[in-house]
Amino acid sequence: MAGRVSSVSSLGRSGLYDWMVQRVSAVLMLAYILFLVIVLVRTPDMQYADWQAIFALTWVKIFSLITLLALCAHAWVGMWTIATDYLTGAMLGSAATCIRFGFQSACLIVLLAYFVWGVQILWSV
Amino acid sequence: MLPPKLATPYVTARGGGLKTCKQEGCDNAVKDKRPVNLDLGTIRLPLAAYTSILHRISGVIVFIGIAILLWLFDLSLGSEDGFNTIRQTLDSFMARLVLWGILSALAYHLVAGIRHLLMDMGIADGKASGTNSARLVVVVGILLILVLGGWLWPAV
Repeated sequence: MAGRVSSVSSLGRSGLYDWMVQRVSAVLMLAYILFLVIVLVRTPDMQYADWQAIFALTWVKIFSLITLLALCAHAWVGMWTIATDYLTGAMLGSAATCIRFGFQSACLIVLLAYFVWGVQILWSV
Repeated sequence: MLPPKLATPYVTARGGGLKTCKQEGCDNAVKDKRPVNLDLGTIRLPLAAYTSILHRISGVIVFIGIAILLWLFDLSLGSEDGFNTIRQTLDSFMARLVLWGILSALAYHLVAGIRHLLMDMGIADGKASGTNSARLVVVVGILLILVLGGWLWPAV
């Protein structure tokens, strides 16, 4: 199981799983962006009451939460890809593993903060 | 080492891509001990390589930009005052420029991402079609960024 070593910090600990998560989350976020664009186009002079009413809808909250989750998963896989492509021994020498670990830890903290923050915003509507 | 009479594939740095020598007598014409250049910094990359690296860079910009978008989202839904604060904040040229930058990165990332999704499905994954779709990504990306600019600066 030598392959497991390099996938220890991947999301699903399998490349195929991460590949799928990356794409499914992308399509979900695409749908959400289209939804937001439609909302903004249909209400050109958006006021607070209109905006608040949209996010008070249960289905919009669920859609937003799913998108937030998709965003975090997508960003994790994306940053993992970048970290394991560029923060490598070939690029950084013997410190690479430490730097990559620090970078990925920072990404994880940022994404957790985004998630909690996003949930809090949606919860308060 | 391969037997000398077999056509051996070699990498050329001059054309910027892989070339396989299958012609007879090729082994005599070209020595395969020529230096192989795989240094990405000196190879002229195809357009698709640039759209791909831009996809990664835009992804990192969006990753950071989400903090600002969430902050705006929080303000906009928190209270009517917050909602109006965004309007006031966006009166500043710099604020609009930052938002335009983040949304542009998102728009580009989205378009280039759709290209990758289509390629996963076997659409436009050839050499010529891949270059064409990379051109399309650049064109549609620029168009979307201009539309976003028009949305953020409607009076101009």
